[in-house]
Amino acid sequence: MSAHAPGGPDDRTTIVEPLIFDKSRPGHRAAAIEAPGVQTASATELLSGTALRQRPPTLPELAEPEVVRHYTRLSHMNHAVDLGFYPLGSCTMKYNPKVNDELASLPGFTRLHPYQAEEDVQGTLELMWELEQALLAVTGMCRASLQPAAGAHGELVGILMVRAYHRDHGGADRDTVIVPDSAHGTNLATANMAGYRVVELPSSDRGLVDLTTLAEALSERTAAVMLTNPNTLGLFEDDILEITRLAHEAGALVYYDGANLNAIMGKARPGDMGMDVVHMNLHKTFSTPHGGGGPGAGPVAVCARLEPYLPTPLVAQRVTPDPGADEPGGARFHLVYDHPSSIGRVRGFYGNVGVLVRAYAYMVRLGGNGLLRASEDAVLNANYLRVRLRDAYDVPYDRMCMHEFVASASRQKHTAGVTARDIAKRLLDFGIHSPTVYFPLNVPEAIMIEPTETESRDTLDSFVDAMLQIDHETRHEPTIVLEAPHVTPVRRPDETLAAREPVLRWRPQAVRLQAVHTAERT
Amino acid sequence: MSYLPHTDADRAAMLQVIGVDSIDDLFAAIPADLRTCVLDMAPGIPESELAPKVTALADANRTYGSRSFLGAGCYQIYVPAAVRALTARSEFTTSYTPYQAEVSQGTLQHIFEFQTAICELTALEVANASMYDGPSALAEGAFLAARHTRRDRIVVSAAVHPEAAEVLRTYSSGPGLPVTDSTVDPATGRTNPPTPEELEGAAALVVQQPNFFGVIEDLALLADAAHAAGALLVVSQGLLAAGVLSPPGAEGADVAVGDVQPIGNPPQFGGPSAGFLACRDQFIRQLPGRLVGKTVDADRRVCFSLTLQAREQHIRREKATSNICSNQALAALAATIHLALLGPVGLRQLGEVCVTRAHSLCDRLTRIDGFEPLFSGTFFHEFTLRVAGGAESFAAGMRRLGVDPGVPLGRFRPEWSDLLLVAVTEMNGPDDLTAYVEAAREVMGDGKATGERSRR
Repeated sequence: MSAHAPGGPDDRTTIVEPLIFDKSRPGHRAAAIEAPGVQTASATELLSGTALRQRPPTLPELAEPEVVRHYTRLSHMNHAVDLGFYPLGSCTMKYNPKVNDELASLPGFTRLHPYQAEEDVQGTLELMWELEQALLAVTGMCRASLQPAAGAHGELVGILMVRAYHRDHGGADRDTVIVPDSAHGTNLATANMAGYRVVELPSSDRGLVDLTTLAEALSERTAAVMLTNPNTLGLFEDDILEITRLAHEAGALVYYDGANLNAIMGKARPGDMGMDVVHMNLHKTFSTPHGGGGPGAGPVAVCARLEPYLPTPLVAQRVTPDPGADEPGGARFHLVYDHPSSIGRVRGFYGNVGVLVRAYAYMVRLGGNGLLRASEDAVLNANYLRVRLRDAYDVPYDRMCMHEFVASASRQKHTAGVTARDIAKRLLDFGIHSPTVYFPLNVPEAIMIEPTETESRDTLDSFVDAMLQIDHETRHEPTIVLEAPHVTPVRRPDETLAAREPVLRWRPQAVRLQAVHTAERT
Repeated sequence: MSYLPHTDADRAAMLQVIGVDSIDDLFAAIPADLRTCVLDMAPGIPESELAPKVTALADANRTYGSRSFLGAGCYQIYVPAAVRALTARSEFTTSYTPYQAEVSQGTLQHIFEFQTAICELTALEVANASMYDGPSALAEGAFLAARHTRRDRIVVSAAVHPEAAEVLRTYSSGPGLPVTDSTVDPATGRTNPPTPEELEGAAALVVQQPNFFGVIEDLALLADAAHAAGALLVVSQGLLAAGVLSPPGAEGADVAVGDVQPIGNPPQFGGPSAGFLACRDQFIRQLPGRLVGKTVDADRRVCFSLTLQAREQHIRREKATSNICSNQALAALAATIHLALLGPVGLRQLGEVCVTRAHSLCDRLTRIDGFEPLFSGTFFHEFTLRVAGGAESFAAGMRRLGVDPGVPLGRFRPEWSDLLLVAVTEMNGPDDLTAYVEAAREVMGDGKATGERSRR
C-alpha cells in the first residue's frame, strides 16, 4: 500500500498548525540579500564547468510576519520547564537561569571564530579553563576535556580512552564491558560502538550492584565497568568503594556515567569513589537549557593514568605569563595539541562553547555552597515525593533515595488495566510533564520521578494531588485515564502507523499526485 | 539562595513529612569515608556581580566583524533577528526530547520541517533530526555505509577537512575500521577518482563539497568511481553552496552530511551547531539518531511523533545503530527558520554573493606579488593562497591592521605553513574587500600605486 493511499497520514486535512511548506506562497520573501557590489562576472559564469543546481530546493516562500507567527504558534504546542513541572526522571529538568542565556549571547562570545589567533580568544579560553577547574572540583578528577557534545558523546570518548589505555598496558585482549541491568541504553550502545561486547549484570534485590555477581563477571577479559551512581533507581551504590576495588583488582577501569551527578555535588566525588573516567551532562547538572533535545555538552574528566588519552586540543594555562601578555605569543591560555597518546578529536573545533558559557555562569553564580545546597534540595524534593506517593503507588525500593526515585504502576495495572503510559498521558492534562516511564528496565511499569531542586513545595504538592487523583480515577472511573490526555493539542499519536508507513518529510502536492498516479498505473 | 524556592521552614516541614531530622540523614547511604569532601570552589556571587565578571571575559576576546575572512568549516553569516527571537522562546529552549508527543508537537513539527529542508538541500530522500555537528555526522555517515555494505574499510579524500577526517579516524578506532586517504590532483585541487583497486573492499568514499581548500569537486565522477567498486559515496556538503551547486543526491551521492552552522547559527568559537545526515530511502533502518514521522492521533488529526525507534539505543541497547541520544534541535530550528526566511531565491542569492565577492577578492589578491592561488580548480567562496614568507606572519601583520585575513593552514599540517585559506561571505562587503587588498599590499611591502600587476 502506498503511504499516500486513503487512510494514510497524508490524506488527513486537520492539523493544528499547517506545515510551513504548506503555507508557502510563490514570490513571497523575508530576508533580502544585498547585491554583490563588486565588478565581476556573474556567479554562473564564474562557476562555469561545474555542476550547478538545475531545480531550486523547495523551501518555504513567506514574508517575515508569517514565519514568526508559524514558529510562535508551534512554540505554544510545547510543554517546557518555563511553563510547568517537568519531573522527567534521569533528565534533570531544572530551571535554566535567564542570565546565563543573556551572557552566552554576548557578541564577544558568539562572533568568535574557532580559528582566530590565540591572543584574540583569551576570554573564551580563560572561561573554558576555569570551567574545567570547577568541574574537576565537583568530580575530584585530574583533567577534563570539554569537547564532547553530549553525554553519550562523552561516554564514547571515555570508552575509547579505556580501549587506548588497555592497548598500551598489555590489555589489548580485554573485550568486554560490564553494565548493570539498570543502565541507560547509551552505556550499552557506547560499549558496542567502541568495539566491546556487553555483559549485563543483574541487580541485587536491593536494586544495587551485587558484589558476588560482579566478582563472578569480572575477568581478564573485562575492559571496564560502567556505573551510574546514584543509579537509575535513584539509589546510591553503598558498596561503591568495594565495587571499584574489585574492578581494579581484575585490571578493569571504572566508568562513571554522570547523568545523576545532581544528587551529590559537594557530598561525594566520583574521584574519591575510585572512578577512572567520568562524563558530566552540563544540560542536566549545570542547568544549560535542553533545547528540545540539544545542544547540550558532555565534558569528560579522567584520573591521572587516563590523562594522556584525552581528546585534543586541551586548554592549558601558562604558569608564568609572558611579561608582554598583550603581545602575540604572550597569551596566558592556549590550546594544546601536542598530546601524543590522545585518542584524537571526536568533533570539530573545541566543543559546544555556547553551552559551556552557560554552565560556567551557573557554577560561578552558585559557587561551592550553592551547588551543595542544590544537591541537598534535589534529594529533599525527591524523598518528599517518594514518601507522599508511596501509599498510592508501589515504590519497589522504598528507602531513602537520592535525587530521583522509581515508582511503579503495577498495582494500577493489576486492578484496572491502567498502565504507566496511561498515567503519564493523564498527567499531561494537569499541565505536568510525564515522568520517565518504562525505564529503568528492571522495574515493571516504571515511573521514574526526578523533581529537581528548583521546584517549590507548592509545585510538588500539586503533583502529588494530581497523582493521587489519577490513582482515584483508576479505581473509580478508569476510562478517563485510559483515554487521556484530554486537553492537549493532539491525543495519542498512532506510533504504529508512523513506523509502519514512515512519512519522514513533507512533499510538494504535485509530487504527491504523481506518486498516486504512478501507483495506479502499476 | 539563587534559584531555590524553599525557605528553611519549608525544608523543616518536608523533613518532618519524610520522617528524618536533618538533610544529612537523607545522604546516609553515602559511605562516611566518601562524605568528607569539601567543594573547593569560591562561594556564590549575586547576578549583579556575575554579569560584569562574565562580560569582562567576552570583552577579552577580539572579533573582527566584517573584516574577518575566516572559514574552514565555520562561517560568519548575518543571522536575522527573527531567528534569534524565535529560538530564544523558552517553550523551545526549556523543553527536552519530545518523548511525550502530545505536549511536544512544536518541537516535533519543527524537526519534521528540518528533515524536509535537509532532504531538499541534499536532494536525498530521508534526513534525520540532526547530529552533534558536521564532522561527527560524517563519521556516522561512514558507519552507516559500513553497516549497509557489510564492508569495513573507509576511504576518505585528502581534501576533506583534516579535523573531520580525524573525527572519522577516532570513531573508527573503536570497531577497528581501517581509514585510508585518497589523493588530490595537485594542479586542480580536486579529489582524484579512486581506481576500483584503491576502493576494493571499501564501504564508502568520503569527500567534501566544496572541498576543504574551497575547490568544487566533480561529484558525478566520484560517485561513478565509488559505485563501480560497490562502495557508497558519502558527501560532506557545505550549505552556503546548497542553493547554487548541484546537490549531492542529484550527482549520485548515497549519503550527504554536513553542518548547518552557517545557516542561522553564529560561529560561537565552533559550537554549538547541528550536523545533518541524509541518505537514500533504502538506508532508513541504518540511520542513526532521532527521526520524526507524520501520523494521526486518536481523533484522526495529523500530528507528529518520534518514529522507527527500534534503531535507537533506548530500545535496541547494544544493537542500536549508534549511541547518540540527543539531537541538536535548537540549532536545527535556527537553521530551519533562517531557511524559511531566505526561501529558495534568498538561499541562491546568498551563495551567489559569496561566490562573486570571493572571486573578486581572489582576483585582486593574486595580482599582488607574493600571492599565488594554490589550485586551478574552480572554487566556490573559499580559496587557498600560497603566501610568500609564510601565512602565519602575513596573518599577524594583517590583524594589526584590523583584518583577520584567513586561516593559516600550518595549524593543520606543518608542510602547509605557507598556505592561507580565505573565506568570503555576504558579511564581507565591498569596502571590506578593498580594505583587505590595501592591508595586504602594505603587509607584503607592495604599497606602490601601481602595485597590481597584470595577471600572467
